[in-house]
Amino acid sequence: MRRIRDMMRSRAGELLREGTVNRVLGWKNGEFYYDPNPAVFETEESLDGLVYNGFSAAMLSKYLIDATKKEGRILVFLKPCDTYSFNHLLREHKVNRENTYVIGVGCDGMLDIEKLRTLGVKGIKSLDENGDDLVAHTLYGDKTLARRDILLEKCLSCKGSEHKVYDELAVVDDPWQWDTLDRFAKVGELEGMTPDERFAFWRGELSRCIRCNACRNACPVCSCLKCVFDNPRSGVQAKSNADSFEENMFHIIRAFHVAGRCTDCGECSRVCPQNIPLHLLNRKFIKDINAFYGEYQAGADVEGKSPLTEYKTGDVEPSVVYERGGA
Amino acid sequence: MMLKLSKDKIGELFQKLASSRTLYLPIDNNGQVNFGQWTPDAVVRLDQLKTVKSAKDFFFPQTENIVAFKRQGKDISIIENRDQNEPFVVFGVRGCDARSLDILDKVFLCDPVDSFYKARRENGVIVSMACAEPEETCFCGVFGIDAAEPQGDVTIRIIGDNLYWDGKTEKGKALGESVKDLLVQATGQDLEIIKKQDERSREILSMLPLGDLSLDGFEESALLEKFNSPLWKELSQACVGCGTCTYVCPTCQCYDIQDFDTGHGIQRFRCWDSCMYSDFTLMAHGNSRKSQMERFRQRFMHKLIYYPANNDGVYSCVGCGRCVAKCPISMNIAKVIRALGVSVSV
Ligand code: SF4
Ligand code: SF4
Ligand code: SF4
Ligand code: SF4
Ligand code: SF4
Repeated sequence: MRRIRDMMRSRAGELLREGTVNRVLGWKNGEFYYDPNPAVFETEESLDGLVYNGFSAAMLSKYLIDATKKEGRILVFLKPCDTYSFNHLLREHKVNRENTYVIGVGCDGMLDIEKLRTLGVKGIKSLDENGDDLVAHTLYGDKTLARRDILLEKCLSCKGSEHKVYDELAVVDDPWQWDTLDRFAKVGELEGMTPDERFAFWRGELSRCIRCNACRNACPVCSCLKCVFDNPRSGVQAKSNADSFEENMFHIIRAFHVAGRCTDCGECSRVCPQNIPLHLLNRKFIKDINAFYGEYQAGADVEGKSPLTEYKTGDVEPSVVYERGGA
Repeated sequence: MMLKLSKDKIGELFQKLASSRTLYLPIDNNGQVNFGQWTPDAVVRLDQLKTVKSAKDFFFPQTENIVAFKRQGKDISIIENRDQNEPFVVFGVRGCDARSLDILDKVFLCDPVDSFYKARRENGVIVSMACAEPEETCFCGVFGIDAAEPQGDVTIRIIGDNLYWDGKTEKGKALGESVKDLLVQATGQDLEIIKKQDERSREILSMLPLGDLSLDGFEESALLEKFNSPLWKELSQACVGCGTCTYVCPTCQCYDIQDFDTGHGIQRFRCWDSCMYSDFTLMAHGNSRKSQMERFRQRFMHKLIYYPANNDGVYSCVGCGRCVAKCPISMNIAKVIRALGVSVSV
């Protein structure tokens, strides 16, 4: 990914210099190797701070809602999966394509710092990504980890290396590759549970929620100007759980609001400080939508109908719930 | 007096402590470790350096009922339904969280005293725990905290096969009395072991990458200079305005009081608030901080300038590093201190 980073720096520099773009949205180096933060670069010199590595997971697409309202053009770097969310925002007319210059960047899979911690890595001084491994140099000695073992959850079932939208690409012809898993496997497992077991599973997971709203705020399709939960007149508090019922309902309502629009980008689960597997709720919706209305991947295209905004006479009736044995 | 207990008796210690009061300690819930109530089958994780949420919850809970009202005809009755009187122990509190209570004390115990907080402080005993293997996100030393020997009513160290118990305050000594059957006196050799361990811990603490953060320039006289710094725009531009940093922070202290219509009465409650949220300090005229830049700035100005200006120079950050580890976009107080620390020439 270092090669790609070098391409990114030099192309961004050129595009700034020739005036094709006025600003560059990328990732800026931090205190540690694993903590780059999204940032806007306005000068060629500042691009020295531009990084792209296994920890550039934070998706930049959503920032374009505000960024493309400004004067001038912004260059944005999108990983393959980020292009789906960008497309979906285009479909909903939330971003201005004219003001955007997209460079699709190749991706070797993003890594999960929490997984490193779970594997006992702490006191990190520096990290080296090389091929199949990541070497952590720590205060307590060096540790080598297989890249496969520390991939982010969403990357385990990567949608593929194709960019769905771009003006140009920054890719290499020998990217790191890995076997992907069926993204619906765990959903299937949950479907196989009894309602009581499933209820207990979700109550257990959601009991950790602290209502920080990171899942909502990071979500590219949670793009309402004012979220219903932020309305002081709604009678519910966005910032606290009155009881466990409310805590659970927040997530279920959010899942309904993003149904048919969720691009399965994985940001919600990635940002959750309590590691709640929110993607499972969304994937259940995606799985059902696929089953009821035919395969659909939000963000694969900008045009065309989407299942929940179109009506066909053959659409399933609500009674499908009973037919499938639910209650 | 240093006491000790063999590590394999730790279950008995928990049992005993829990027999007279509620015992809270770090517990694993599907991989995430948070302080929770001890039960015989709880998965206790004293090895976990940092719980996701801090120990603050037990003194200043995320939500708590204050009072309820019920109306019948023309009468309004007031129902006291606060619940802050349970005696409890929080066990395994790290040095950063232990210090955070001093910071909260200055807010909640000054006039007018917050009686909920005060009661919990009186009813709670803190058993702190020394850190031997800090993480790279830790920078408690920057705030003068010695993680090798944290403050607390009792301080424990786990070294090898032993747990060392050091009762420090009256409360701590009384707690030691209540479990004295399990504790024996540490020997001279033990004291040597402890000394060595403390030295080793301090050596590692001194090597932490964020240990060199400098607070020079964060003082009241620099208030306007910092407030008007052009760097806030850049620092805040990626912030998604979630409440993660404030909710995991042991020193964040803002709250909101609201009435909830239960359908048959009113429940008045208070809950944590976050300066990162759009309805923070919302007034009839709107929000005084309209942009995320202003909200973001508030959080750090409060911790690094306003609070110390009002509290003899004490900062309201303890360097626990939770915001460093948990921010979805990796922006945090360490980066802010780094960027704004050196005086920006005007
Ligand atoms: S719900 Fe989660 S996976 Fe779906 S678009 Fe939003 S952040 Fe991405
Ligand atoms: S990010 Fe996690 S903890 Fe925060 S509101 Fe969402 S589910 Fe709850
Ligand atoms: S910040 Fe200091 S006291 Fe807190 S966990 Fe880290 S080393 Fe221990
Ligand atoms: S600094 Fe990070 S954790 Fe805090 S509100 Fe902003 S995005 Fe959320
Ligand atoms: S600001 Fe961050 S490092 Fe400081 S006490 Fe709060 S969570 Fe810990």
